[in-house]
Order: sequence, then C-alpha cells, then structure tokens
Amino acid sequence: MALLQISEPGQSPDPHQRRIAVGIDLGTTHSLVAAVRHGLPECLPDDGGRVILPSVVRVMGEGRRQYGAEALAAAAEDPSNTIASVKRLMGRRLADLPNAASLPYTLEDGPGMVTVLTREGPKSPVEISAEILAVLRQRAEDTFDDLLYGAVITVPAYFDDAQRQATKDAAELAGLKVLRLINEPTAAAIAYGLDHGSEGLYAVYDLGGGTFDVSVLRLSKGVFEVVATGGDAALGGDDFDRLLADWALGQTGRATRSAADRQRLHAAARRAKERLSDLTQTELRCELDDGPLSVTVTRDNFEQLTKPLLDRTVSVVRRVMRDAQLQPDEVQGVVMVGGATRMPAVRQRVGQWFGQPVLTNLNPDEVVALGAAVQANALAGNAQDGELLLLDVIPLSLGLETMGGLVERIVERNATLPVAKAQDFTTFKDGQTALALHVVQGERELVSECRSLARFELRGIPPMAAGAARIRVTFQIDADGLLSVQAREQSSGVEAAVSVKPSYGLNDEQVATMLRDGFASAQSDMDARKLREARLEGDRMLAATETALRADADLLQPREREGIDGLMHALREHITGADADAIDAAVKALARGTEAFAGARMNRSIQQALTGRSVEQL
Amino acid sequence: MNLASDDFSLFGLPERYRLDRAELDARWKRLAAQVHPDRHIGQGAATQAQSMQWALRVNEAYRRLRDPLRRAAYLCDRRGAPIEAESNTHMCTAFLMEQMQWREALDDADSADGIDRLHTEVQTRQKGLFETVARALDDTPDAARAAEAVRSLMFVARFLQDIERRRDALFPL
Repeated sequence: MALLQISEPGQSPDPHQRRIAVGIDLGTTHSLVAAVRHGLPECLPDDGGRVILPSVVRVMGEGRRQYGAEALAAAAEDPSNTIASVKRLMGRRLADLPNAASLPYTLEDGPGMVTVLTREGPKSPVEISAEILAVLRQRAEDTFDDLLYGAVITVPAYFDDAQRQATKDAAELAGLKVLRLINEPTAAAIAYGLDHGSEGLYAVYDLGGGTFDVSVLRLSKGVFEVVATGGDAALGGDDFDRLLADWALGQTGRATRSAADRQRLHAAARRAKERLSDLTQTELRCELDDGPLSVTVTRDNFEQLTKPLLDRTVSVVRRVMRDAQLQPDEVQGVVMVGGATRMPAVRQRVGQWFGQPVLTNLNPDEVVALGAAVQANALAGNAQDGELLLLDVIPLSLGLETMGGLVERIVERNATLPVAKAQDFTTFKDGQTALALHVVQGERELVSECRSLARFELRGIPPMAAGAARIRVTFQIDADGLLSVQAREQSSGVEAAVSVKPSYGLNDEQVATMLRDGFASAQSDMDARKLREARLEGDRMLAATETALRADADLLQPREREGIDGLMHALREHITGADADAIDAAVKALARGTEAFAGARMNRSIQQALTGRSVEQL
Repeated sequence: MNLASDDFSLFGLPERYRLDRAELDARWKRLAAQVHPDRHIGQGAATQAQSMQWALRVNEAYRRLRDPLRRAAYLCDRRGAPIEAESNTHMCTAFLMEQMQWREALDDADSADGIDRLHTEVQTRQKGLFETVARALDDTPDAARAAEAVRSLMFVARFLQDIERRRDALFPL
C-alpha cells in the first residue's frame, strides 16, 4: 500500500493556500535543507549546485562571514575564528566537553552554555547555529522566490532538553517559524517508509559527524511509532577522525604545534578515513608547521584503532533493543543513516548483530532532511489529512532531586509524546514554607551523574507540620520533546512554574535582542513580512474553520453559528486591509469564538474513532 | 466522553483485567491520530491546547492499560481496594520467605547461568500471580485478594530490575 499521499501543488484544495515549508538537517559536520516539490521531497541546492552546506562559519570581523565550503577552505589559515562542529557545543558547559582543549578555537563558559571567543568577541553556539540556519533559509526562499511558512528542524534523538531548547532558539533567531523539532532517526524512517511503503518494525542506526542515535520504530498505515530510542550525543564520525589523527602522530613521533596544525591534520585524517571505505590501504599526508607528515594506514589498522568506538555503538543498540523488548530477528530492516555509516566495518558489524544485511539504498547524508521535509509539508497543511503521524518518545528519563542527592524519576524514558506526569512530594521540616526543586535528566540514580536542567523554588507554602503539605509536581513534555514543570501546594493552591528555558536556553528577551542586532533587516521589510504572515495565518484559520463547519455544523445552535459566521466575516474584512495587528486580533477572536465548537468536534472525532472500529469488527 | 472519563470508557473497552493487546494498540493509534497536536495545527491556540490535553490523556490511559500491573492496580482502586503501596505492606509469610530466599540467591549468583535460573524462577512466580489477579478481577470478583497479589507483583517487578542491574554489573553491555 502507499504509505503517504501528497497532493500535487496544483491539486491542493486552494493553490494559494499552499505554504512553503522546509525540513532542515542541522548536522555536526554538514547541514541540508529540503522541501516537497512536485509531490516528492528533494534537497535544495545552492547557486553552485551543492546540496550539502558544511556546518562551518568563519567570523571575519565587522560582521563579515564565510559559510560552508568557503569557510572550511579557510579553516587552516584562520582556525581560531573558523567554527566547525558547533552542534557539539549546543546547550553544553565547559565541564561537559572533555575535548575542549583540542578544539582549534577557544571556549569559555557564557550565560547558559559555552561561548566561542572570536575576533568579534564571544559568540554563543546558538548564534553560530542560527547563522547556518539563516543561510539555508535564504537558500530556500531564493529557490521558491517566496517567504517560508515554517520549518521542521531535526535533532539527534538523544539530545536532552537543553540541547533541544538551544536548537529551537537558534531557529527562531534565524527568523524561522519552528513547526516541529523531530528526531533524526525518525525523520530518516519517514523518508525510508515513504520510499518503500514499509510496514513492521525497523531499526535506524544513525551515526553522524558528532552524534549517534538508534531508534526502533513500528510502521503501520502512515503511523511512525517510536518504540524505543537511545544514543550518545557525543559520538560520531569526528571521533574516528580524531583517533586516526592521534595514531598518525604516534606512528611518526610528531606533534601538532598550533590550532592550524590540528585543523589540517584532522582534515587529512578525515580524507584518509573516507578513502579507506573503498581502498584497503592509503597514505595519510599532511603539511604541518614543522614539515610534511606522511604515514601509510591500512583498513585493518584503522578498524583495530576505532573498534572501541564501534563497540560503544553496539552497546547502545543492545540497550535500545532491550528497552523495546525485541530480539534482533524481529526487526524487518536496519536503516543506515549518516555519512559515517559508509565505513564498511560499521555496516558489517551492525548487519552481523541484526543477522541481516543493512539497508543503504538511500543517500545517508540526505535522508534526514528529506524526511523532515515530508513532515514539514504535512504540518503546513499541504499534504492530505490523516496520512502521516509521528508518535515519538522522550529519550532520557526526567526526575527531581530528593533527599540525599538521589533522583526520583517522574517520566521514564521512551514514554510517547506528548506526556504529562504528576507526583506528590512533601515538606521535610515543621513550618517549612519553601521548597527547592531541582529538575534533572538521565538514567543514573545520583543527581551528580545526571544532567541538571533547572532549579526553581516554590515559596509561600503555609506553615504546616513536616510531611503534611501535599506538593504536586507536574512534568509536561510537548510534541517537540520540550519540558515544562509546574509545582502546586494542594491545600493552599500556591503555585510555581518553570519552562526549562530560562536556566539553559535563551529567554525571549535575549532572542529578541539578538534578532534585532544580528538579523535586522530594514524596518519596511519586517513590516511587510509581518503583514504577509498575519494574512497567511488568517487564511489558514478561515480555511480550518470552513472545513470544520462543512463537517460538523450540526453540532452548533443557530446562535452559535451566527456568532462564528460574524467572526469569520470580520477576519475576511481585515485580511484585505494592511493592518497586521488587526488581522492578528481577528484571528484570536475567531479562535476564542470557536473554542467550544472545537471541543465538541474533538469529542465527536474520538467517538467516531472508536465506533468506526467496532463497525469494522462486525 | 470527556477528559475525566475512565481509561476503559475512553478506549471503548470493557472494564476488565484481561484485554486484547493488539486491539488496545489499534485503538490507541486511532485515538492518537485524532487528538495529536500535529493534526490541529493552524486551528488556533485554543484548539491546540485542547488537543494537547486530549493527547496527554489518551497517552496516559494507554500507558496504564498496556501495563498489566498498573492496569490491575487501577481496577483494584476502582473496585474499592486501593493498593496504597506505601502504607499497606501486608504480605503473606510464605511470600516474605520466598523473597528472602531470592535475595540470597541473587547475592550469591555470579554466573550468567545462575542469574538466568533465578530470573526464570521469579518470572514463573510472576506469571502465577498475574493469573491470580486475572481470576480475582474477572472471574470470581475479589478486589482485596487481587490487591494483595498486586502488592506482591510490585515487589517482583522491583526484584526483576535488581536482577537486571546485577546482570549489568557482572556482564556490562
């Protein structure tokens, strides 16, 4: 059966309603943007016909930049201002980065996460990522000669909350409306499922430049259900390069003397690694400050050297399969994603573990962006309803610190999103009026071994005997995998809430400031964009309401119907005008006015979902 | 049907312990497909918020219904025999003795075979307890008896985790 149906642009209900939505794979070593055109997802090339943008930004002073291949080419001459692999720094502090010293640029702890010290001063990884995203956004807008409606951005499945939040901040900073953050292996599965109309259980082994993920998915009738996921957010092809580079130094008794040296050697190691995917032996050659370096490396040498890395990935595969309660032979196919899966040893080892040849028929560099584009197209409302649904999971357990530095788990890993869970806590001392809450993420039992996400306090608890207060803490994780936490003392109703954002990501004000500073276009452009977006939103809301009325108008009393018609009429009037704020207000009014109707429709659709089933059974 | 409906009504399933897992999964997917926030994009903030509440509720009910232990505890609670795991630690003496023997066996186990044997033994016991729960909830209604078996099963579940931890410690993945 066809897994997904995507209408031709010309066949969508109203051609003017078609929105340009893209999928972006923001990778450690390279990034891509893809969109659905002519019914199929494709990666968008730049002017030179290249789809891959190396994730490298060179800060040249006075706001000037080089990006991608140009920046990469300049890396050796200006290493401390050429920032590569910035994804490894997202949402991270210096203490999280054991290899910081071997990076060619200088890091220091900044607000929330590390910053890179450039000739233009400290730059946050969020800003650098935003610049890469802005290049891709520009590429897409040039391709379509139109504004983007929004984007789906992919993140490693194993990214924690801080890394996800940082990615979302970067996208907003780049002026992108984030339709959804989705997990890279899930995106790959979409592209794969779309291509093959597959059903059943699939494992996705995704070894990228700097991150590693494994997901097991159940595919059925357009539903992509993630059963379990796991990974290592600091393991990727880069690490294979680094091992090979260190080995070459050891073999020749040489040392690197500068950041530029390290950069050149690392690049040479990567090229040698890539050649070893086709050859059984190659020369690793590199020009260092104190003369040329040349060493012969065989595929055997390389595989021996990097076996511990491969072992680490197989351990993760085992754990994910155990979480999924599956045996290797229950898996129908193993999809390989990420450039690093071109290494023959990786394919062979993974195939051996699953007892079947791995699937490599889609380009491992492009498959994530392609899948994201399909989801973006669906979320923009261009695809036909009901054909694609992602049911993803949270990769790492979430909990709170309790007495003695122990973690009380609230949400277990692999829970399907969205998920909310509440747990009651109480006070430790008589008359205690405040409670310090420390939110952590990870699988270990000690707080010190988990990632600290946020600290906040619940104050104003009425004095009571120890153990008498009932403090309900609710964790809610949305479909992007982002967490918010709320605490409420049940008897007094005292509340405190935190979206984990302020402690690790940027707050809204910071984003707004950076937007003004970094990406300020002329005020008139901004105004035109705002009006255009308000109209799009208004059109969309009208279309959604019309669809709802066509299907379920019988749920409304005549007076309710009149009210909704009036609000729609008002919105239509404003859309033809040029006042963006008035359009926004009319959209909001219509949303409020249809709230009860939406609730009644939701009820009906649930009833139908169930009764439809029983009818089929008879 | 509303957000406060019980799990069984929400899924349109009879309120009993024994259930058809494939049927439950199919119903979950149908419901999830209706209420997921992705299905209501562009319909305004209010609709988004409602769909989020429904999606959370549907997933919560699914997690509870698909887990035999949590499903049993939920039924006991609804039939007036709450589990109250923290305050009610009553278990029959025979089961307490058995627990102590298992603990000792786990402490002594140092081979994969030994751990496998203990694992099989505990799983057999677990299966028997689940059968007791099924009978006491579905056949000859006795919620108190079911609740006692659930409390034993909660211990068994924790002990099975301890076995896995011991296995990981002896034979790291």
